[in-house]
Amino acid sequence: MPDTLLFAMEAAANGLTAGVMYALVALGFVLIFKASGIFNFSQGVMALFAALTLVGLQSGQIPFSHLINAIFGTRLHHFGFTLPTLVAIAGTVVVMIAFAWLVERYIFRHLVNQEPIILFMATIGLAYFLEGLGDIMWGAEVKRLDVGIPQGMSMAVDEMTFNWFGYGFYMDTLELWAALIAAILVAALVIFSQYTKQGRALRAVADDHQAALSVGISLRFIWVLVWSLAGIVALVAGMMWGAKSGVQFSLSLIALKALPVLILGGFTSIPGAIVGGLIIGVGEKLFDFLMGPIIGGATENWFAYMLALVFLLFRPQGLFGEKIIERV
Amino acid sequence: MLYREAGDFKTSYTSDNQTFPIRFDRYGYYFVLGVAFLIMPLILNDYWTNALVVPFLIYTIAALGLNILIGYCGQLSLGTGGFMAVGAYASYKLMTGFPDLNIVFVILLSGLITAGVGVLFGLPSLRIKGFYLAVATLAAQFFLIWLFTRTPWFFNYSPTGMISAPTRTIFGVPVTGASASAVSMYMVCLVFLVALAWLARNLTRGTLGRQWMAIRDMDIAAEIIGVNPLWSKLTAFAVSSFYIGIAGALLFTVYLGAAEAGEAFGIDKSFLVLFMVIIGGLGSIFGAFAGAFFLIAGPVLLKIMLVDNLGWPTDLAAHLEIMIIGALIIVTLILEPHGIAALWRTIKEKLRLWPFPY
Repeated sequence: MPDTLLFAMEAAANGLTAGVMYALVALGFVLIFKASGIFNFSQGVMALFAALTLVGLQSGQIPFSHLINAIFGTRLHHFGFTLPTLVAIAGTVVVMIAFAWLVERYIFRHLVNQEPIILFMATIGLAYFLEGLGDIMWGAEVKRLDVGIPQGMSMAVDEMTFNWFGYGFYMDTLELWAALIAAILVAALVIFSQYTKQGRALRAVADDHQAALSVGISLRFIWVLVWSLAGIVALVAGMMWGAKSGVQFSLSLIALKALPVLILGGFTSIPGAIVGGLIIGVGEKLFDFLMGPIIGGATENWFAYMLALVFLLFRPQGLFGEKIIERV
Repeated sequence: MLYREAGDFKTSYTSDNQTFPIRFDRYGYYFVLGVAFLIMPLILNDYWTNALVVPFLIYTIAALGLNILIGYCGQLSLGTGGFMAVGAYASYKLMTGFPDLNIVFVILLSGLITAGVGVLFGLPSLRIKGFYLAVATLAAQFFLIWLFTRTPWFFNYSPTGMISAPTRTIFGVPVTGASASAVSMYMVCLVFLVALAWLARNLTRGTLGRQWMAIRDMDIAAEIIGVNPLWSKLTAFAVSSFYIGIAGALLFTVYLGAAEAGEAFGIDKSFLVLFMVIIGGLGSIFGAFAGAFFLIAGPVLLKIMLVDNLGWPTDLAAHLEIMIIGALIIVTLILEPHGIAALWRTIKEKLRLWPFPY
């Protein structure tokens, strides 16, 4: 097999694992969009915030210590103990659920029946607020996140591909784990929404708000529930991305990458989010591999958006989305 | 008592149609213009010009442009930063390519070039709207910035990748480059702003503006009563990009002097201008001024208060600022979705009736 083809395949395989990350963020978007029609721009910042909280809890940082120090002139920074990873994850989940409740109670309850575009802009505001809050609570420096997932080159993949093609692919073990965890998460979500009472209520709300309301499903509870679920998905995404490249602001930028993913997959489809994420991940890696040297590299910055733009012109509802029908 | 239409007789059709129908408003407007042109140049010092006044003037132009697109025509755009970069790089190429061309024409031409680019990226708006369009304009943002940082022709093959504005003069007074004085910078931006605001006000209350608003309120109904969606959406993109391009050109040539696309015109600029439009008031010329003032003056005041007076670290103040801006957006959308402009409108209504409650 020619070398270029092998390199391209390696790029594509790496793109698949990057795509899993995009898919994870996009999944959070879809959950909220389906249940409440809110296009949640702050999903990426939620991932950042969750990761920051996880690191903070793990290392026993005192929240708001910088602020307290600035106001009172003290020198606080750590409690002096560290928490085991699982406890810290549980603590972060609690924080994300509390966050979901606060968002419902203080923001979206007041914005019921507003136009979608107003809700969208409110989530942009929320993204800014949350970003500032995360930085003030836990400090803005780049943090290392270690949740006990092995990192580095995966020997198994290397060996396996070497036996097949005579050339070992380089893949990060962490990304393979991320793909596995994402698969488990999606399976859990599917089981939850198909077989539990709350999950069925969730699907009912997604289908038709008013019909769901009329059979006695509490919309408020469902909204808190989806925001919590989105928070947990954000935590997983933040954990994976943070373990890979450190917990820092650029984490919230993957949220922007999730937008073209959604356009490709359709705003209302969970399989769409996953397939879209994979397509974008593979597409941008392959495009950069093939075209990057010719037109100057770093095409990953815009390829996804341009792909989405072209896609929009031909199939605005995405691959799996419902057809957009306008009634006058 | 003063704020009344009563006794202010309109004797011709033009005077009946004027922008400020109330005499008090009219005099207030002349007063503000007088202060801006005659008194401000005498009292401005370098610090306030650089920190507050010139950025306010420039961002008001950008906010006017974005307000035309979002507030009047209802097309959401997140590509403002990219379009400002087009204006900046166009002015740079024009300044270095045609050194004899007057800076005023350079800036106007940069605006026209940006308008062309805006129309190009506005084309998808004919098929898509809402968030879909927002993503399409994000493509513009990232693609344009990538283009400007990766194509050496745009920054004249300078090794740093930065562009820097050479000195240009108007009537012999340098307005760009290092030797420009605060007052000349101020005057250039002010003249552009007043002219553009006047234009925006009159465009939005004429045929074109009414077409935009019809499209915004309901595009299908507008189409049925004979508004051409192709024409009105693309003109909105063109006019809006023209304003944003001029703002970008002014920001680079007059204010910054040197710039790098990724840093000076990143996605955060798009959001900043969007926030100005939301907080100021969608679909209002006054709102663009109010929003720009609020978001330029707010951080400056916050910094003076926290960093200079209380001695907080700068980064903490910056984070607090982001948090406050985010919270303000949410509060504005909940309490007053039409922004500061709507508050102002309410105050005016009350003033007209004062001292009676209704």
